[in-house]
Amino acid sequence: MKWTIKNKLLTTISAVSFSMMSTLAIAETELTMYYPVAVGGALTKTVDKMVGGFMEANPDIKVNAIYAGNYNDARVKALAAMKSGDPAQLSVMFSIDLFELLELDAVVPFDDVVKTDADKTWLKSFYPSLMENGVTGGKTYGIPFQRSTIVMYYNKDMFRAAGLDPEKPPATWQELIDMSKKLTKSDGSQWGLMIPSTGYPYWMFSALAMQNDQVLMKGDGKETYFNDPKVVEALTFWKELGSKHGVMPKGTIEWGTLRQNFLEGRTAMMWHSTGNLTTVKKNAKFDFGVAMLPAGKRRGTPTGGGNFYIFKSASAEEQAASLKFIKHMTSPEQSAAWSVATGYMGISQNSYDTDTLKDYVKTFPPAAVARDQLEFATAEFSTFQAGRIRKGLDDAIQAALIGTKSPEDALTEAQNAADRVLKAYR
Amino acid sequence: MKKSKFSLLASIELTGAYILAALWVLPLLYAFWAAFHSSSDAIHFDIFSPLTLDNFREVWNQAPFLQYGINTFLIVSFILPLQLVISTLAAYAFARYEFTGSNIAFTLVLVQLMITPEILIVQNYGTLASMDLVDTITGVGLPYVASAFCIFLLRQTFKSIPKELEDAAKLEGCGPLGILWKVYVPLAVPTYLAFALVSVSHHWNNFLWPLIITNTVESRPLTVGLGIFGAPESGVDWSIVSAATLLSIFPLLIAFLLFQKQFVQSFMQAGIK
Amino acid sequence: MKISTKQNLTGWLLFTPAAILLIAFTHYPTIATFFNSLYSNESVIRPSRFTGLESYQNMINDPVFWKVFNNNIWFAIGTIPTSIGLAIIMALIVNKAIPGRGLLRLCYFIPTMLPMIAVANIWLFFYSPDIGLLDKVLGMFGVESQNWLGDPDTALPSIIVMTVWKEAGFFMIFYLAGLQTISPELHEAAKLEGSSRWNYFWRIQFPLLLPTTLFVLINAFLNSFKLVDHLFILTKGGPDNATNLILYYIYENAFSFFDISYASALTVFMLALLAITALVQFFIVDKRTHYR
Repeated sequence: MKWTIKNKLLTTISAVSFSMMSTLAIAETELTMYYPVAVGGALTKTVDKMVGGFMEANPDIKVNAIYAGNYNDARVKALAAMKSGDPAQLSVMFSIDLFELLELDAVVPFDDVVKTDADKTWLKSFYPSLMENGVTGGKTYGIPFQRSTIVMYYNKDMFRAAGLDPEKPPATWQELIDMSKKLTKSDGSQWGLMIPSTGYPYWMFSALAMQNDQVLMKGDGKETYFNDPKVVEALTFWKELGSKHGVMPKGTIEWGTLRQNFLEGRTAMMWHSTGNLTTVKKNAKFDFGVAMLPAGKRRGTPTGGGNFYIFKSASAEEQAASLKFIKHMTSPEQSAAWSVATGYMGISQNSYDTDTLKDYVKTFPPAAVARDQLEFATAEFSTFQAGRIRKGLDDAIQAALIGTKSPEDALTEAQNAADRVLKAYR
Repeated sequence: MKKSKFSLLASIELTGAYILAALWVLPLLYAFWAAFHSSSDAIHFDIFSPLTLDNFREVWNQAPFLQYGINTFLIVSFILPLQLVISTLAAYAFARYEFTGSNIAFTLVLVQLMITPEILIVQNYGTLASMDLVDTITGVGLPYVASAFCIFLLRQTFKSIPKELEDAAKLEGCGPLGILWKVYVPLAVPTYLAFALVSVSHHWNNFLWPLIITNTVESRPLTVGLGIFGAPESGVDWSIVSAATLLSIFPLLIAFLLFQKQFVQSFMQAGIK
Repeated sequence: MKISTKQNLTGWLLFTPAAILLIAFTHYPTIATFFNSLYSNESVIRPSRFTGLESYQNMINDPVFWKVFNNNIWFAIGTIPTSIGLAIIMALIVNKAIPGRGLLRLCYFIPTMLPMIAVANIWLFFYSPDIGLLDKVLGMFGVESQNWLGDPDTALPSIIVMTVWKEAGFFMIFYLAGLQTISPELHEAAKLEGSSRWNYFWRIQFPLLLPTTLFVLINAFLNSFKLVDHLFILTKGGPDNATNLILYYIYENAFSFFDISYASALTVFMLALLAITALVQFFIVDKRTHYR
């Protein structure tokens, strides 16, 4: 064949198209996912490792796991990406973003994506209280990933110094008050208890409300109970810990510095996410314990943390690939490893049955507290227009704690504002 | 005696000035110190506690500060040259050409001095989303490329250049762009430099707009990286946050310390005009 | 004299690139924001519809809005005169040939080179109750520890102090430039006449510095609206909106609650405020300015 220009051109073109076609033949499904890191530590590295493990086992699926900041950032970014036409296929977002995502028609129920019987069993394998926030209208939209409850961290050395039994942390509200009084020093250098009221005050508050036997909202996300008398009682109790019993600083307590306050010995007890466990364990220079939150009329805590969601805009292929990926990330072994690295809970009974977690719990009993508390847990606060209504509740809590409004007035105002917004959905 | 009264007053004033300077620089020095010590040492002020680079290592591991730095650099390099070019053209038009409606046009330009892109975040985000430029370096920089401030400065400079200088260029047969390039631009170099330093510092430190327009590490600059770094659910660790802060401000700070005089002169020049 | 077509064309062509961008990112959004405020939000469930002035009605009925507006006023009152006053003092100090003046100038100016977000991180630690630097130092003098950022009475003032720290050095530079344009002969003349420094300052320097003051005032005023970066780190507007500012509230509404309509109404309000005060400042101060 004469090596004319035309022939050269044709040869080049066919060579290129052939290689292109072969690349297409082993085309991989590419997934983009946003996730938040809400607890300190090099967690992005841990996530990368878990993702890498999945990609090794599944060479035809590529996952871009993008760190997006905190829960709010992750939600904002995922939704913004959706609006701008370059959406992610799945993401880890706040368990309570559900209603907002539904309103935007952004996510698909897992019931539509699982096909095999094995998958259906997997769907049901998680702790029920962790599923509450992800289920509505009989369908499951969120699968637990990084979940937590509030737990009470306490300084055993301080207990001993105050003549209290370090193995018997307060189990009721009255015990909480009495023991905290013994643990508070009058010169202000040591407080008995700190419950943070900036950052996520509504989260802490739902624990107190639950302990007083009242949830803050209805499961369908269309109604709130802010000024129910039991809820007002709970807020009054919180406020009086500082204003009447003097065991907590008056006013607001900063979420961000609470852990350091505890580690520095400024407070004998703190209520905080179990996600802090590993960091506290690493840095505490004293003997510390972890306990379930004390009971008012009953024990109670909200769950917290992030779920996996699959976006509607993903193709059927991408949804199937996402499911595969999510199953990997929530498998008992991965969940166990994740729990040990972070302090987040194992999300299923199976994960606690793995050797990893069985051994961990044996050598470090605090790791089981959050799991044991699940029996008393309730869904985290979630409604339609959650962002705005949550802010109303946060403001009310802060107003009551700093004393500019009475608990009753503050909560009534928040309830009225919430009603105005939610009316449109009823 | 008058003389000693004056020098007493003078030394009191001098001391006052130094105390003020010390107070002023204290926060930065403190952050600097805290970044090299462990958290509890930092809180307890253990002045002789050991230095450590652990915090920096942690920060480097936890978030991609190198990428953030590169992004910031790219953003600033994107914005500045375009600002200079576009503003030069516009300033030249206002300085030397009396076109119909130029007065109204100039007033409308000055509006941007007050209504900066940050104020219109809601709509500007929408505009860039529809151009598919969210989370890109271009997206971060585009709203700032037309700078009323630069146009204003350059117009003043150009106006002060005697028109006769154009004659030589005209003899050579230069068109308007040629005259601009040969005559006006070289004489405006001090203004360009002054504006460049002001622009670079401003955009290096910009936060709100980049926060909104960037989603991922692809385009996120240092300021946004620092902002989301310090806000995790479980709380902050002072030394680590100080280390992160230092890493973010370090490039600009070094540049500033080296070229102090120029920076200060630039801001002064900009102010005079 | 009629303007030649060639002149017109060239002029407009030169201006066009800038014009396009300015219109795209300043003028068009301003108008669009106004229109957005007249429509309700769009969602899959309920499409957008014309609601007229309803967003503004909501705004007037919103207690948080009034709180935020109030905060902006106090923030402006707290930061503007203080930072300008300090800036003048700093400029006067650095203008004299005293030992170490380069170092002094550096110290005063450095906060300006830091991004606000970094400043906030540093000051967050300062303001921490008990373990923070401020409480520790005050504790040495026996002052009780305060929850500076958590107490609504001290939160906004604390933020004001931090902002003044950042801004004063920036304004100092402009005053320095202004001072240097004042002929030293005036100073000599004043000294010969035995005029006190105080007199010299008020009667001569300050009036001559009025153009600078005007410029700085406008800048300071603009900044009091634009500076919200620190809220993201320090208080997120709390406690109970005690430190919330208009631009931050706009951000919350637009990007946290996705309430574009209300955010637009708030933006229009802010633009109106900016326009009014700019005009007022310009006309009042302009009348009393001596230009050379």
